[in-house]
Amino acid sequence: MSGIPHDHYEPKTGAEKWLHRRLPIVGLIYDTLMIPTPKNLNWWWIWGIVLAFCLVLQIITGIVLVMHYTPHADMAFASVEHIMRDVNGGYMLRYLHANGASLFFFAVYIHIFRGLYYGSYKAPREITWIIGMLIYLAMMATGFMGYVLPWGQMSFWGATVITGLFGAIPGIGEPIQTWLLGGPAVGNATLNRFFSLHYLLPFVIVGLVALHIWAFHTTGNNNPAGVEVRRGSKEEAAKDTLPFWPYFVIKDLFALVVVLAVFWAIVGFMPNFLGHPDNYTMANPLVTPAHIVPEWYYLPFYAILRAFTADVWVVIAANWISFGIIDAKFFGVLAMFGAIAVLALTPWLDTSSVRSGRFRPMFKSFFWLLVIDFVVLMWAGAMPAEEPYASIALIGSAYWFGYFLVILPLLGVLERPTTPPATIEQDFKASVKAKAAKSGPAPEQIPAE
Amino acid sequence: MIRKLTLSALTALVLGSTPVLAAGDGGHVHDYAFSFEGPFGTYDRAQLQRGLQVYTEVCSACHGLNLVAFRALTQDTGPGLDDDTMRAYAASIEIEDPATGDYRPAGGPDHFPSSSLENAPDLSLMAKARAGFHGPYGLGVNQLMRGMGGAEYIASFLTGFNGEESEQGGSLFYYNTASGTYVAMNPVLFEGLVEYSDGTAATEEQMAQDVAAFLMWAAEPNLGERKKWGFMGVIFLTLLASLLYLTNKRLWAPIKDAAKHG
Repeated sequence: MSGIPHDHYEPKTGAEKWLHRRLPIVGLIYDTLMIPTPKNLNWWWIWGIVLAFCLVLQIITGIVLVMHYTPHADMAFASVEHIMRDVNGGYMLRYLHANGASLFFFAVYIHIFRGLYYGSYKAPREITWIIGMLIYLAMMATGFMGYVLPWGQMSFWGATVITGLFGAIPGIGEPIQTWLLGGPAVGNATLNRFFSLHYLLPFVIVGLVALHIWAFHTTGNNNPAGVEVRRGSKEEAAKDTLPFWPYFVIKDLFALVVVLAVFWAIVGFMPNFLGHPDNYTMANPLVTPAHIVPEWYYLPFYAILRAFTADVWVVIAANWISFGIIDAKFFGVLAMFGAIAVLALTPWLDTSSVRSGRFRPMFKSFFWLLVIDFVVLMWAGAMPAEEPYASIALIGSAYWFGYFLVILPLLGVLERPTTPPATIEQDFKASVKAKAAKSGPAPEQIPAE
Repeated sequence: MIRKLTLSALTALVLGSTPVLAAGDGGHVHDYAFSFEGPFGTYDRAQLQRGLQVYTEVCSACHGLNLVAFRALTQDTGPGLDDDTMRAYAASIEIEDPATGDYRPAGGPDHFPSSSLENAPDLSLMAKARAGFHGPYGLGVNQLMRGMGGAEYIASFLTGFNGEESEQGGSLFYYNTASGTYVAMNPVLFEGLVEYSDGTAATEEQMAQDVAAFLMWAAEPNLGERKKWGFMGVIFLTLLASLLYLTNKRLWAPIKDAAKHG
């Protein structure tokens, strides 16, 4: 499967040969597990395993929760409380599932920004990147619909606001919104279809994840140096790589368990930290909460949605050019989806010939500014839509689009990158030696293995 | 200490406008020290029993507790009533039988009745539906040590009427400093309103805190078990992480050694 030359599975016994001729599944598992992986991967490469764990955690806890949940507008809220009070370990299941969603998004954001810094999106890994973006979109949809299921106040009003976005599309918006909701407003029909899709989409994600892994196992992992593994011969490739098992499995497992210790502390000691108190009040179509706020992981894009008000000049210009078809609301929706679209188009917006951000001095500053921008947008999204937050969100949105549409294309021309190491082997040796020098001379009396 | 905490709670409120504050916006919530705060905090059984008494004699006249079953009152980490006391208590309350629609004395598996007044909210989850504070700086991290302030909000609310009244559309509304607005509920607690069987003096503050603690239990009955699971999990994962750290170090040692000398 991999383009990097390495040893493949050879069936030895008769039974193995018999199976291999009919279904080479052992070979597939072997090749996947033993994939040559760049030696120099750093700790930013561990989030993939965290994400895989999250997906499994969400599916398993979710399947058990469904056994006790009632998808009906009159009963959903009470059935969640039934889980919390009467189901054995139900409170842990629900808190794990709710906080698991947050861990999932936390991990995916680090995973995405790691890709942005080290140029993991660049040729030949564009398909991996695009599939990753599809996974991210499916996660957003799944998370949003899952948040509706407890049928609290924020569930109901969040659903009202978000489906209302589709109503902003000129002309066909309202019929689309009604079609999505299954009625004129959020109601039992909405709850049922969201429940159905919330159960379905995770399995779509499983499929996409398989493609994601298949894609990067074909191209090989990117790595901090951004230079490719040498593929001339098995011996040459072996100098740059180590098999995934056991070297990276153990390393990733260690990191995963550290992350889980923190996650478990949150679930055990402050499980409602990331939730909203209003969602412990049953949905009431007659009472609108004072502030309707999405979950934290949507906040940056929520800020971009709200940033483009009718008095912003680009909105006025768009309105004038489109003869009034694009109003502020529709512009906001376009901006929000556009913010994710530019992220997906990064492989073609980045013109630099050097892959890793480590060797791009100007890029580095702009990248870290983007990270700060993302956090600021997240914060602004949680604030009420008033000054100074509106202006901050607008500046933040401008930088987001500016980074992808102007800065990335220009940097490739303007910037003079430094020289990356020739091989991964060199990079690995240099980093090991630098670390040894930092921690003092290595004691020589360590017995050889 | 309390002053400092109150100040930071206030700062959070002022800086506030974070979403989580929405539910308890605008007023002053006093940061009471409850026994169930922090990673090792548990419910105080005597306090929950006193709170149940206040709830029964005062709150339940208008409010409901519809998500809580009577049998939960026997919970060891909760009010811890013995089985007979719980059954006698349940039997003293008439509920509408969900199957027949007739009124009958309640039993262990039945739930507390719903609110009898239409605009009196059900209190089952009130302690989680209100966030008294969300500091520091609106980050909510001090929840780890002090909770979200739901019980604090309730206690502050009950002691927070400042005597101002306003008549709107024929109804009286009372200004409450904790909610920061006029509310339809009148001040209900006054000294000596209930007689505690354990001899505790029934001051307004005492009753407010007791019933707030009881409502926190009603909202999160498994808090103690959850923290125990949390503690065991963190210990286990920390040990496992240490072992994996050593395994990983050992596994990579020859590779790194070769790189160092190569």
